[in-house]
Amino acid sequence: MGKTLAEKVWDQHVVRRAEGEPDLLYIDLHLLHEVTSPQAFDGLRLAQRPVRRRDLTVATEDHNVPTTAGPISDPVSRTQVETLRRNCEEFGIRLFPMGDAEQGIVHIIGPQLGLTQPGMTIVCGDSHTSTHGAFGALAFGIGTSEVEHVLATQTLPLKPFRTMAITVDGDLPEGVTAKDLILAVIAKIGTGGGQGYVLEYRGEAIRKLSMEARMTICNMSIEAGARAGMIAPDDTTFDYLRGRDYAPQGEAWEEAVAAWRQLVTDDDAVFDAEVHIDATELSPFVTWGTNPGQGLPLSANVPVPQDIPDDAERYAVESAIAYMGLTPGTPLKQISVDTVFLGSCTNGRIEDLRAAADVLRGHRVAEGVRMLVVPGSARVRLQAEAEGLDRVFVDAGAEWRLAGCSMCLGMNPDQLAPGERSASTSNRNFEGRQGKGGRTHLVSPVVAAATAVRGTLSSPADLPAPATVA
Amino acid sequence: MERFTTHTGVGVPLRRSNVDTDQIIPAVYLKRVTRTGFEDGLFAAWRADESFVLNQEPFRAGSVLVAGPDFGTGSSREHAVWALMDYGFRVVLSSRFADIFRGNSGKSGLLTAQLRQEDIELLWKLLENHPGTQVTVDLQERTVTCGEHVFAFEVDDYTRWRLLEGLDDISLTLRHAQEIEDFEAHRPAYKPQVEIA
Repeated sequence: MGKTLAEKVWDQHVVRRAEGEPDLLYIDLHLLHEVTSPQAFDGLRLAQRPVRRRDLTVATEDHNVPTTAGPISDPVSRTQVETLRRNCEEFGIRLFPMGDAEQGIVHIIGPQLGLTQPGMTIVCGDSHTSTHGAFGALAFGIGTSEVEHVLATQTLPLKPFRTMAITVDGDLPEGVTAKDLILAVIAKIGTGGGQGYVLEYRGEAIRKLSMEARMTICNMSIEAGARAGMIAPDDTTFDYLRGRDYAPQGEAWEEAVAAWRQLVTDDDAVFDAEVHIDATELSPFVTWGTNPGQGLPLSANVPVPQDIPDDAERYAVESAIAYMGLTPGTPLKQISVDTVFLGSCTNGRIEDLRAAADVLRGHRVAEGVRMLVVPGSARVRLQAEAEGLDRVFVDAGAEWRLAGCSMCLGMNPDQLAPGERSASTSNRNFEGRQGKGGRTHLVSPVVAAATAVRGTLSSPADLPAPATVA
Repeated sequence: MERFTTHTGVGVPLRRSNVDTDQIIPAVYLKRVTRTGFEDGLFAAWRADESFVLNQEPFRAGSVLVAGPDFGTGSSREHAVWALMDYGFRVVLSSRFADIFRGNSGKSGLLTAQLRQEDIELLWKLLENHPGTQVTVDLQERTVTCGEHVFAFEVDDYTRWRLLEGLDDISLTLRHAQEIEDFEAHRPAYKPQVEIA
């Protein structure tokens, strides 16, 4: 019997396999940031252990960093960032700090440096490590104990994941993006539907996506409960990687591509589970509730709890509607927002900014709405400025910020006030995720831009023609 | 890590599904660089509400959390496990746990025991009708005992063994240092390496 893509990558990294024990898996790349690493370094110090492979370890500052110029004002945030700096210096780890040309959200900088490559195992103390699976890497989030384990041994003991195929047939309709697709997938299989699985996204619609769109898809695999998401590498992948800083060169490139081309699920491989999605039926998708599975097409209405027969499900929907301050049956398009956040490891790449800018050009952000545009990395920011996108955002009345995680989780000053409502291109609409008492609707970059203009959840199709042509 | 064999304590009914790690401990509480002191962040938003279960006597002193399905979803923050343990919890019972949370728990010594949802529902009723009821969790026998009721739970064999022995993963792995070296000798040369600082 053949193997799936995930099984192939797994098998290539098994250091040791023994009856009754988890496999010991080798880790090709370990990414670090300031929030989930300090206790791991403390553990190393206590046991007097060195970092085994400093050359396979990279750190950046992203969660706590302010997105306005100047130092970190919160002393606790500052301590966390300074602790990372001290740890990287003491243990000899390459760090991309605030102000560095390569600084940015950890899942944005790996791919843009070319560090993320097909067939690798990649971990980080961050659940959105699944992003890197877009390259055909097996990439997953880990906790701090595991961060320490990888620092000390460059391996992890793990039980093999099960495999699930998510096949997306047909073409995405005009105006429907990768974000809409993944929100629809999560709504279909639920926040626990992927538990224990690696999801492999396949099919015509996936093959036609750009690398950045594929990263958006794999990024949110964790929101369906999955350990990882993967997409088989192809020419789109190789074209993206070629020439990047850490991509192989010359003969090594040819050797690598030949090996990478083998990283496809065999025709006779069997998945543990399969899900089919018809891309042609999709439309812009947004969340109404307090977990990423509580989403609907933008054209739908807020659910009516009385219509739900199952007690537990009805209670969950009622709680979510109450927290979100919504009225059952209200058309989603009538929900007005205070804030629009464009950014995060889900949608903070250059294509996301371009798509949003294309919608905003010639429009103004609605009165009373605040729009934050936070590039995912310093490089994305520079690229956007070179293309004049920053002017489009600023001219429309949005704020153009420095790179970081920002309002995705509000560890820096970018937060929602209690009761405030956002349309956000990030990945989680949990209670209080963007600030205590804040209410989040997850949307695509183009829906975010259209919503900023109208002040209510909207798609670009809802906008009038621009007043002026820029 | 401390050994875990059996634990008896006050059961706390948490009638919620999809309790994500942002609810267990919001991001603003993740800024500490130490491994202890996270109890103030545990369920911070919910604890602001007087009617929340942990604000009720005798649940305040609970150590066995009985939660709805899909507990621990979302962020990989191990701080969620530390917050539960710093508060005093030693066991979480649920019919479904998110993978990363379950893995983190096993590394830190918090037992995540998987029960059938109907058993969870019965436990909720028992604990709500008789607040302060003690629940005994026996890892050796894989049972949860509450009054006259005994429920079987699932936990994977390897995690159970490590918890029973109180073993540290890293020292276990370092016993295989030679195998790691042998593996490294055959890694493809095209794989990326960064310059060391």
